[in-house]
Amino acid sequence: MAVTVSIPTILRTHTGGQKSVEAAGATLAEVIDDLETNHGGLKQRLVKEGALHRFVNVYVNDEDVRFAGGLEAAVKDGDTVTILPAVAGG
Amino acid sequence: MIRRDLVDAMVAHARRDHPDEACGIIAGPEGSDRPERFVAMDNAERSPTFYRFDSMEQLRVHREMSANDEETIVVYHSHTATEAYPSRTDISYASEPQAHYVLISTRDPEQHELRSYRIVDGVVTEEPVEVVESYMFAHTGADDTPDCP
Repeated sequence: MAVTVSIPTILRTHTGGQKSVEAAGATLAEVIDDLETNHGGLKQRLVKEGALHRFVNVYVNDEDVRFAGGLEAAVKDGDTVTILPAVAGG
Repeated sequence: MIRRDLVDAMVAHARRDHPDEACGIIAGPEGSDRPERFVAMDNAERSPTFYRFDSMEQLRVHREMSANDEETIVVYHSHTATEAYPSRTDISYASEPQAHYVLISTRDPEQHELRSYRIVDGVVTEEPVEVVESYMFAHTGADDTPDCP
């Protein structure tokens, strides 16, 4: 189950500068665990206390996973996972 | 350095959405540090004290920029009751070290305040804003470098 994960500039220190990397998993949580084995430190930038960090948006193809099961969102072979920093403030 | 029409567009957006906060970006060619394409974004929070880009709109704009070899040069938003200085929340969310964070205060109905900052690893550095009519004739090089050697 290989998916392509698009990495934002701010997190590329964990991927040796690569804009996109491959990962495997049937759910977003599995994909993130697989990312962590090859690109240590990514997980804690994405997940906090068992849920997606509020500072990031994660999409599977064209869907924001916040509205599609969060970390349990299903991922299938050939999907694209896009990570973007949330742009927000007060 | 930023074109006057882009400054005017940010201020007009901030005034239009007042008393809610307005937000958006200005994209430019990757690595150029030159703001060119104005993109007003929806404030998904519709709040006078908080803003967040609508996530689907942000994905769409992200894809447009990738296809055009653009990046975010300016991230702007307004403060509608306080000064044009980044709040603690602004600093905690700032995640584009290459971007200029532009704050526009609309608390005074007559006179807006517009200031620009770099926000890197939680450190805020204000920077001067030079407004120009066009980038073509703007002074960019050092004084001692002749244009035609």
